[in-house]
Amino acid sequence: MQIRIGSKTLLLFATLAAVAALVFASAAQAALPIQHWKTESGANVYFVENRDLPMIDVSVDVPAGSSFDVPGQSGLASLTQYMLRLGAEGLSDDEISKRLADVGAQLTGRFDHDRAGLSLRTLSSAREREQALDVFARVLQSPQFPQDVLEREKARVIGALREANTKPESIAEHSFFAMLYGDHPYALRTSGEVETVTDLKRENLQQFYADHYSSVNAIVAIIGDISRTDADAIAERVTGKLPRAGVPATAIPDVQELQAAKVENIPHPASQSHILLGAVGIPRNHPDYFPLFVGNYVLGGGGFVSRFIEEVRQKRGLAYSVYSYFMPLKEAGPFQIGLQTKKEQADDALLVVRKTLREFLAGGPTAAELKAARQNIIGGFPLRIDSNKKIHEYLAVIGFYKLPLDYLDTFTKNVEKVTAADIKQVFSRHVDPDRMVTTVVGAAEKQAQAK
Amino acid sequence: MRVIVKEDHRAPVVASMVWYRAGSMDEFNGTTGVAHVLEHMMFKGTKAVPGGEFSRRIAAAGGKDNAFTGKDYTAYFQQLHKSELPLALKLEADRMQNLILTAEEFGKEINVVMEERRWRTDDKPHSLVYEQLMATAFRAHPYRAPVIGWMNDLQNMSVGDARAWYQRWYAPNNAILVVVGDVEAKRVFELSRKLFGDIKPHPLPERKPQTEPEQTGTRRVTVKAPAELPYLMMGYHAPVLRDAERDWEPYALEILGGVLDGHEAARLNRELVREQRLASSAGAGYDSVARGPGTFLIDGTPSAGKSVEELEAGIREQIQKIVEQGVTEEELKRVKAQVIASEVFSRDSMFYSAMQIGSLETAGVSYKSLDTQLKKLQDVTAEQVQAVAKKYLTDDNLTVAVLDPQPLEQKQAAQPPKGLRHAN
Repeated sequence: MQIRIGSKTLLLFATLAAVAALVFASAAQAALPIQHWKTESGANVYFVENRDLPMIDVSVDVPAGSSFDVPGQSGLASLTQYMLRLGAEGLSDDEISKRLADVGAQLTGRFDHDRAGLSLRTLSSAREREQALDVFARVLQSPQFPQDVLEREKARVIGALREANTKPESIAEHSFFAMLYGDHPYALRTSGEVETVTDLKRENLQQFYADHYSSVNAIVAIIGDISRTDADAIAERVTGKLPRAGVPATAIPDVQELQAAKVENIPHPASQSHILLGAVGIPRNHPDYFPLFVGNYVLGGGGFVSRFIEEVRQKRGLAYSVYSYFMPLKEAGPFQIGLQTKKEQADDALLVVRKTLREFLAGGPTAAELKAARQNIIGGFPLRIDSNKKIHEYLAVIGFYKLPLDYLDTFTKNVEKVTAADIKQVFSRHVDPDRMVTTVVGAAEKQAQAK
Repeated sequence: MRVIVKEDHRAPVVASMVWYRAGSMDEFNGTTGVAHVLEHMMFKGTKAVPGGEFSRRIAAAGGKDNAFTGKDYTAYFQQLHKSELPLALKLEADRMQNLILTAEEFGKEINVVMEERRWRTDDKPHSLVYEQLMATAFRAHPYRAPVIGWMNDLQNMSVGDARAWYQRWYAPNNAILVVVGDVEAKRVFELSRKLFGDIKPHPLPERKPQTEPEQTGTRRVTVKAPAELPYLMMGYHAPVLRDAERDWEPYALEILGGVLDGHEAARLNRELVREQRLASSAGAGYDSVARGPGTFLIDGTPSAGKSVEELEAGIREQIQKIVEQGVTEEELKRVKAQVIASEVFSRDSMFYSAMQIGSLETAGVSYKSLDTQLKKLQDVTAEQVQAVAKKYLTDDNLTVAVLDPQPLEQKQAAQPPKGLRHAN
């Protein structure tokens, strides 16, 4: 049977020839009839009616990601979001799980530097939908943060953090963000630190919830087998009792530019070096978004056809995966290049990566490369919105980052407009090869070069 | 070549896959991993479509392409606008018969595959545990070897090995084309007849059953690797689906998997993580679709201060409870509700539909039996769940693999295994 009953995949049974997936964090939209309105309590709703399948997806996001943590309480935002579903308005964690499972509903969390949220997928039939939404409304609006559950979950988080601190990919990510962002809250690890999580108290979670889960800042995204009227009722039901006040959504500070190159080499017994390099990129609403997006396709985003893949993997066999991406956030998110390679050849691989980047920055894409990028992104546009799941994610992004409602309709036009000169210009504006951060975890004896 | 089309008109796109019934289970000792290596080499070009061009053309058509290798199969896929399906099929038909394998390209790509093995397995303690569990649970059946292959086999592999593999297994009579999307089935049949119809089939080598001898006692294996937390994996030999209509045990095992780990209130999480706080995570998994023998897997990480021995005892206690007292009607109903909902949710993804059809068909189970399978799952009784737990989750049938975590600083930097370096 392919029908998977297990709630988690135990392991990979197949092995992909893949290149790391490209996340230009939010991607795009198409000609979709998106309806937008506000609930009585001020939450913004984004809705697409789609009757093809008897199911509904509903999510609620708030600006309550890890950038709202303070260093001494790093991990508070994440733990608050995680604890929502573990006790709410008269329901224990076990009862919440059972009620959802009884109707086959799936409740998943969403958490990053900017956002915290929950997403529900349920059948649209009356009984299933009613029971699933009842639980969803309670966990969002009346979380209890039970003390003994909190202790249990803190212990689990601390264990996972200790484990993460031994994994080269986690160590690299941690170092990369710390160097890139310094004192800015984007430097904080989204799940916190062992010491700070240890000290978190129930009152801290309650306060964080009261401050950050306000209805006026909430984004509700809905797609599926319901009418506008029903969607309206659902949006009211899942946000009407959220805290009213709350701190403004725009409380995170601006990101400071890097003043000089920074390099960190961290020893690790793994057979491969994990290498990350990058710079401060752009906020989600930045006008340079499209030229960077299209340009990055050429540099390190285009699956099997990017310059990094060509130079590092195809020509030299130095790595299985090598990629680059911009991850635009509310404030300037990172531009990151990543690869893993056998320790002994880490220096060689890094040199190839740096040389490839410099050449791209100096010359921009060729006419043929730009054409290929446009063809792929424009021709592949229908794939970006070919399922409820994908459209639902875009609704949430459009809402959260206040993108124009016609973002999808204008997406391909915006891609078409991008010229090679634009790409060269915006890349040199945002990526200075002499001022980048470089992390090498599992560096060989010899120090990795700064340039 | 068999062609299976599922029309799905929700979006103007298509998922196209060619599945070859040749996976790591068809490999021999000394060349483990060759199925997957060939998968990589399939992107290296033909006379008509030079190296790298395949992906370049799919990308220029707005498509995505990739491939995956499993124990049972190797599959190649494209996702693109429906108007570009002919391009995808034309390219697949070409590389089914005209692949050019050179020592030079092989010499570079084998290094990529070794990097993949380091990344996927050698530096991932949990992957090593799974690899060792399978290598211990299976003594005769080729499921004992990892899909990625043993490092030493990769180091000693030659372009000739890849060529022999290609010649042995890549033929239309060993392939299935699965297309899901906004297409007319009739048109796809016509198109595939035109593009693949002239490719000559050739006789396939005999496949020996290599049936695993019955296990007659618990086997244990320990893996030392740099990590913080210990980890435990337990594998029991189990049957898989051969006759969707008549079999019942695989369905009961699927439901048993759901009772143990189908949702957050399922037994393993509720009892071991939430109640007893013995584990920081615990899970179970079973896949009833496979060409080879089945394995019912249970895994978990002990809570701080608890040992793997304590966790293993806790897991065994949960199994014993089911063996002695069975499962409740409420639990059964809950898992079955999830089966129904999951089936609806899965229709949201054309890619998933194509995966489902391809993996069933390569395992010799007809896609036509999907409705039967859903019905049979709904028919599973509490007695049947208890019966399969009692029959298969026994000590004699068990292999236990344990991760013994080693401090980072005390372990010497891992040296690449000794062996012949591949000459480029």
